[in-house]
Amino acid sequence: MAENDYALEVNDLTVAYEHEPVLWDIDLDVPSGVIMAIVGPNGAGKTTLIKAILGLIEPAAGQVLIFDQPYNEQRHLVGYVPQRRSVDWDFPTTVEDVVMMGLYGQLGWIKRPTRHHRAITHEALEKVGIVNLADRQISQLSGGQQQRVFLARALVQDAQVYFMDEPFQGVDATTERAIVTLLQELRQQGKTIIVVHHDLQTVTEYFDWVTLLNVRKIASGPVEWTFTAENLRETYGGRVSFLKSQPEMMQPGQEQ
Amino acid sequence: MEGVMIILSDLLFDYTMRTVALGSAILGLVSGALGTYAVLRKQSLLGDAMAHAALPGVVLAFIIFRSRAPFVLMMGAIISGWLGTLLIINIIKLTRVKEDSALGLILSVFFGFGLMLLTYIQRIPDARQAGLDRFLFGQAAALLQSDILTMAYVGGAALIIMVVFWKEFKLLSFDREFGASLGFSMQGLDILLTTLIVIAIVIGLQTVGVVLMSAMVVAPATAARQWTNRMHIMVILSAIFGALAGIIGTVISGLGPRIPTGPTIVLSISIIVLISLLLAPNRGLTWRWIKNIRNKNKIELETVLLDLYTLATKHDKPTHGHSINVLDTMHTGTHGTLNTLKELQKQDLVEHQEKDIWSLTQGGWQKAQDLAKERGKTS
Amino acid sequence: MTMLQFEIQLIAATTAIACSLVGVFLVLRRIAMASDAISHTVVLGIVIAFFLVRDLNSPLLIISAAATGVVTFVFVELLTKTELVKEDAAIGLVFPALFSIAVILISRYATGVHLDIDSVLLGELAFAPFSRFSLFGVDIGPNALVVMSIITVINLVFIILLYKELKLSTFDAGLAATLGFMPGILHYALISLVSITAVGAFEAVGSILVVALMIGPPATAYLLTDRLPTMLGLSAILGVVSAVSGYWVAHLLDSSIAGSMATMVGVLFLVTFLFAPNRGVIALIRRRKRQKWDFAKKMLVIHLLNHEGKPDYAYESRVDHMHEEMSWKPEFARQVVNRAVNSKWIDRKNGRVDLTEKGRQIAHQTMES
Repeated sequence: MAENDYALEVNDLTVAYEHEPVLWDIDLDVPSGVIMAIVGPNGAGKTTLIKAILGLIEPAAGQVLIFDQPYNEQRHLVGYVPQRRSVDWDFPTTVEDVVMMGLYGQLGWIKRPTRHHRAITHEALEKVGIVNLADRQISQLSGGQQQRVFLARALVQDAQVYFMDEPFQGVDATTERAIVTLLQELRQQGKTIIVVHHDLQTVTEYFDWVTLLNVRKIASGPVEWTFTAENLRETYGGRVSFLKSQPEMMQPGQEQ
Repeated sequence: MEGVMIILSDLLFDYTMRTVALGSAILGLVSGALGTYAVLRKQSLLGDAMAHAALPGVVLAFIIFRSRAPFVLMMGAIISGWLGTLLIINIIKLTRVKEDSALGLILSVFFGFGLMLLTYIQRIPDARQAGLDRFLFGQAAALLQSDILTMAYVGGAALIIMVVFWKEFKLLSFDREFGASLGFSMQGLDILLTTLIVIAIVIGLQTVGVVLMSAMVVAPATAARQWTNRMHIMVILSAIFGALAGIIGTVISGLGPRIPTGPTIVLSISIIVLISLLLAPNRGLTWRWIKNIRNKNKIELETVLLDLYTLATKHDKPTHGHSINVLDTMHTGTHGTLNTLKELQKQDLVEHQEKDIWSLTQGGWQKAQDLAKERGKTS
Repeated sequence: MTMLQFEIQLIAATTAIACSLVGVFLVLRRIAMASDAISHTVVLGIVIAFFLVRDLNSPLLIISAAATGVVTFVFVELLTKTELVKEDAAIGLVFPALFSIAVILISRYATGVHLDIDSVLLGELAFAPFSRFSLFGVDIGPNALVVMSIITVINLVFIILLYKELKLSTFDAGLAATLGFMPGILHYALISLVSITAVGAFEAVGSILVVALMIGPPATAYLLTDRLPTMLGLSAILGVVSAVSGYWVAHLLDSSIAGSMATMVGVLFLVTFLFAPNRGVIALIRRRKRQKWDFAKKMLVIHLLNHEGKPDYAYESRVDHMHEEMSWKPEFARQVVNRAVNSKWIDRKNGRVDLTEKGRQIAHQTMES
């Protein structure tokens, strides 16, 4: 295969539950230094796609490369922000503790975090604007604050490629803006960010790359070429009333 | 009172009593600490199934090895407890049968099979003396030093492993998928942690019995959770509560004839849970109730103050008086406006002018103005 | 077979039917562990009523026990509502506490009377026929048989009368509520019925067999059928089979009858778990194997379709490198290609493969489904 600067390369990825396909033969090439949205209707396999890329679900076939090397060898370059609702926020632990978990990968088995790791943790909390909440129990956080905790946890991973599962879901407007700013800062540092996204209206504003997904890949590329009415119609199956002159009409018919 | 003194002196000086109390303390300590994970991972009922599933293992180990050495019986229990768990996991994974049914099925079938074996071996010579039926409800009084030593070694080993893999187990319990994305073998950790929980349960079987052992896994951790928001403190507290219940239960059951140890220990820990639910600061129900009342009072005081302020702004003088009737029409409180006004008067925020006419003081005006600004900002 | 043996089996079979009928709804509503909790806590109700009336045959015992069963669930619900305790932990807290009280009361104050812990757990089926029920001086049959028959009839009537409501609230509680069927009340009615059944049954067979009979046969039937009436019928039959076969195993080994019956419940489940025609593990493995090849062939044609007409097509369609493209093992990839060629989904030419019209169609169909 030719040399390239792709941060992420997915080749012929197929995922099935009980041999019911959830993703069919996905090919993706994501250049480094972009913020990419993965959009598609509910049940399109967006979350499954990033979980399969991260090796959390075993694919039926396919290959994932991070900077031209197999994913398993490049795991340390990858950061992950799962869906906020995937964990129990009543768990007896603090904000600092959760963020520290991002460093467990670098620490390896059994070794404990040190003062040095605490410093990294606080730096990340500072970046997401909740350093004052470091000792707070996580059940006392608002939705936006929970999301910031998860982002801080990903930041301490100091990854090159980030995967984020619906980071804008259920957060307040201030947090949404803060996250966008953070993503842009990360891009400036040359990082690649891949985001499962629900809100079609903000795609053109927040992202410079987009993948349209509905069990198979409909299209993938720069937003201005890819995020077209035709592609959207194909993705959402005619459920999108898409009018060029009225961008606020770009809403899928079935949203959560 | 005298009875209690005798028990206490026995606890200190009597060899058997000390042994028994020590055994109960160890069981409470280990199951309390490891039970934390079962509760946090929402596997409380799995503990019940594991305990029941251990019974046939105990009897089979006896039948095969013709020995009632604690280690032999414990290994039998661990293997069979594990087998039950494995079956539950696979029934859920491979069929449409749901978790609750799988748990209940394995629990009752394994236990029934254990009983069948237990009654069967009554015919084997020496078996009657093996005293295996104490595994049903537990009998602390029958604990021997060799039992205690085995419990201490096996339990100690389990606790050491828990401490060694502290960080990994926390990751597993809180966010399994994130842990997997970091490259940790979550499945391996899961197997290890499940084994530790099985061990914690098996250690208590002789003292508490298979029927009630699950309470020793669930209850201490539930009580501990109410007092703290930190996992390490929760584990330590849970271990302390478990040990405490073990000792208290043993002591009480020693107070009179025919007081079975297992149920007494379980009742002790249940009372600790009840106390924790009611009285623990922050999370406890009493605390919450008081906070609610305070909040309600505060809101009521503020509402009346703001109402007076709104009325006053329509007049030239801040201290212009208004009647209670007017205030009553502006809001509906539970205490009645007069009580609220009296409360405000105590704080020097309002003053009584005549009959039912009240007005803001200078301080009250200031406070109301601040409040109004604050509310304007948030709304 | 003596009359005594026959009567024991009759009692066991009736108990099995009563238990498995209500058990079906526990299993379908995913509250099977309720049977575990209730079968333990009803003991407390019996003990309390016994201390009040000092008569083990008083009907008050059943009423008090059923009430305790319901109270257990009220406690669990209250605990869960505080949000301090998760539901599973709440169940795990309430029933051991209540059961502990019962056990302490029994062993402390009820020794000598016919109420001891072993019979609570194991039941005394072997002695059940000796306690007779007579009406106007005529011997009708064993007490336990009469009690269990009445309970079975109550359960049957309840299910038949409220069949539609039960079915709806089991599968869609939300819809049932909007239609005005009050699933909450139905839930507690079911819990009461489970409690009554547990009381009646556990005197004969002990609390553990109650759990086994309530969950085992319905869970087994659940693997054999999709229809609710069939599931009810099958559960009853499976319950009876476990009861009767369990009795004979116990007879053979001279062991606990309740224990043997529970074991037979497990054996029947295990056999079904392995060999059930559609949902059994063996059928599952076979189906998966078949699907694996079928699925792999489909992946192959979709892969080809996706690259058809694109510049990399020549590269992506080489047979020798197919395993790399699909990340398959080379041997597996070779077999998939062979099978696809045999099915005429693809043609092999010059070390490359091309879709046939049929293959193209299948790829399109598969992706659209």
